[in-house]
Amino acid sequence: MSRKSAIFEVRDLQVIRGGSLILNIPSLVVSDGEILVLIGPNGAGKSTLLTALSALLKPTRGEILFGGRKIGTEIPLLQYRRRLAMVLQEPLLFDTTVQNNVASGLKIRGTKRDEAEPIVSKTLERFGIAHLRDRSARTLSGGEARRASIARAFATNPEVLLLDEPFSALDPIMRETLLEDLEKVLRETKITTIFVTHDRVEALRLATRLGVMNTGNILQTGSADEVMNHPVNEFVASLVGVENLLHGRVIKKNETSFIASVSGQDIEATGPLKSGDPVVLCVRPENVTLSDIVSGGPAGRRNTFPANVERITPMGPYQKVQLNCGFPLVTYVTSHALSALSIKQGTEVLASFEVTAVHAISKASGTSPP
Amino acid sequence: MDLIIEGIKKAFWLLVSFDPEVLGITFLSLKVSGTATLISLIIGISVGASVALTRFPGRRFAVSLINTGMALPPVVVGLFVTIFLWRNGPLGVLGILYTPLAMIIAQAVIATPIVMGITLAAVQQLPAKLRLQILALGATRLQMVWILIKEAKLSLLAAVMAGFGGVISEVGASIMVGGNIKGYSRVLTTATVMETGRGNFDVAIALSIILLLLAYLINLVLTQVQQRERAR
Repeated sequence: MSRKSAIFEVRDLQVIRGGSLILNIPSLVVSDGEILVLIGPNGAGKSTLLTALSALLKPTRGEILFGGRKIGTEIPLLQYRRRLAMVLQEPLLFDTTVQNNVASGLKIRGTKRDEAEPIVSKTLERFGIAHLRDRSARTLSGGEARRASIARAFATNPEVLLLDEPFSALDPIMRETLLEDLEKVLRETKITTIFVTHDRVEALRLATRLGVMNTGNILQTGSADEVMNHPVNEFVASLVGVENLLHGRVIKKNETSFIASVSGQDIEATGPLKSGDPVVLCVRPENVTLSDIVSGGPAGRRNTFPANVERITPMGPYQKVQLNCGFPLVTYVTSHALSALSIKQGTEVLASFEVTAVHAISKASGTSPP
Repeated sequence: MDLIIEGIKKAFWLLVSFDPEVLGITFLSLKVSGTATLISLIIGISVGASVALTRFPGRRFAVSLINTGMALPPVVVGLFVTIFLWRNGPLGVLGILYTPLAMIIAQAVIATPIVMGITLAAVQQLPAKLRLQILALGATRLQMVWILIKEAKLSLLAAVMAGFGGVISEVGASIMVGGNIKGYSRVLTTATVMETGRGNFDVAIALSIILLLLAYLINLVLTQVQQRERAR
């Protein structure tokens, strides 16, 4: 990524509304061809950042460089906007046919009808809506309207695509097929994309880089694997699905690992923490395995604890199992595994996880160790 | 009852015989009210859309003025246009009082706030983010306004109908600034008033029927366009 040239460079970007700082991005670089997915709860500032990047909102301070040139001064705003395309949360199609909608960006740019026609046809094909070309946009289903809206953005052949939760309010099947198609098109075209969502699954599917936002700040950026497994703080951890956040204190330092005491239980983890440091241990639920008491748990696994099954909640294909090991622990198992182990509420089991599956966030500094 | 039957018979006769005077009055009515509506569309849509899309101090006051203007009494408009165009008035030098042009001005003054008010409401009703989406597609501000107006076209057709309906049927202003001069500034409404005053109820009924038919036909065409757009 670092070898690629930066297409966007954001410096000291701040947006203040009604006296509150709603966006504060000291620095953000987006490289050519990457798919940066910004994830965060509602009100995190994701859409505000996207709107500022598309020059539809004037930041209170700071600057945005596009291809190394300042927007608004070195690149006129209109010229800049015509090099991007943005898709908002709602499809916001025009009251005309699907074809005219997809052609609208080109028409705005003054592209002649006969030049636009092959581009529009190809884009309609690409997004699987060629059969809807003469249909009025008003008669489209939610999924079809989203496709038309994304196709409209794509038809202008933008250098950067900004997508603001384009799949919100779609049913799971429609979302899945549209996500699949978009994923395919993005990989094929290698178009630089900034995608905003609050859905973890969407984020992980599309991202070549993941950014986590909250209260107007970008808390962490990195590869999906890095953010998922090495969150910088508890907020990021819980947002990326780390359901086990165990608060404790380092009681012993080994050469490569340390032992932390969590509610009187010793948990081994790796990281450069000192004895006495307060710590939050992050364990992803999918890294916790269950076994029956008789088996004695996985051989050689140091973090193995007798646990009582407190609650089992069906979660679609999985069952969420809440355990009490002296500290609370959550894991997900398949229904098949649950019955194979004869696990019911109140059953005693062994819960275990690898030392390397524990990510430590030092509470002494408030962030995870390097 | 006989009076009405006679009136209808007369109207039928005037229509089928293509009475030159009636035809002249009808064409003038169409010309004056059509031109006034056209002017009101140009001013009303541009100002209505601008007020809908911008924020400025006193905007609420401006909106309330436009809304009040939608109920502007034609006689009041007639009075002020007469004063302005009066020989000693601010625009008296133009010498256009008691001409069809004066009638067009008065009718445009009546129709403009109607078109403006409906445009304002129609553009305001469009989703707020639509503007962002249009700009994000690379539109200039002017292109954005044009696209928004097109998006509000169904409501704007209602504005055309309301504007035209308002002026084709008004009499107060037309009679005051036009003077109801035979063969020059006499339109269907002013002629109806005059014939009624003279006791020529059959002619008055005939003119009224023509007026109603005209209003109906024009609104029928516009309604057809509107509903076809809606069904598309």
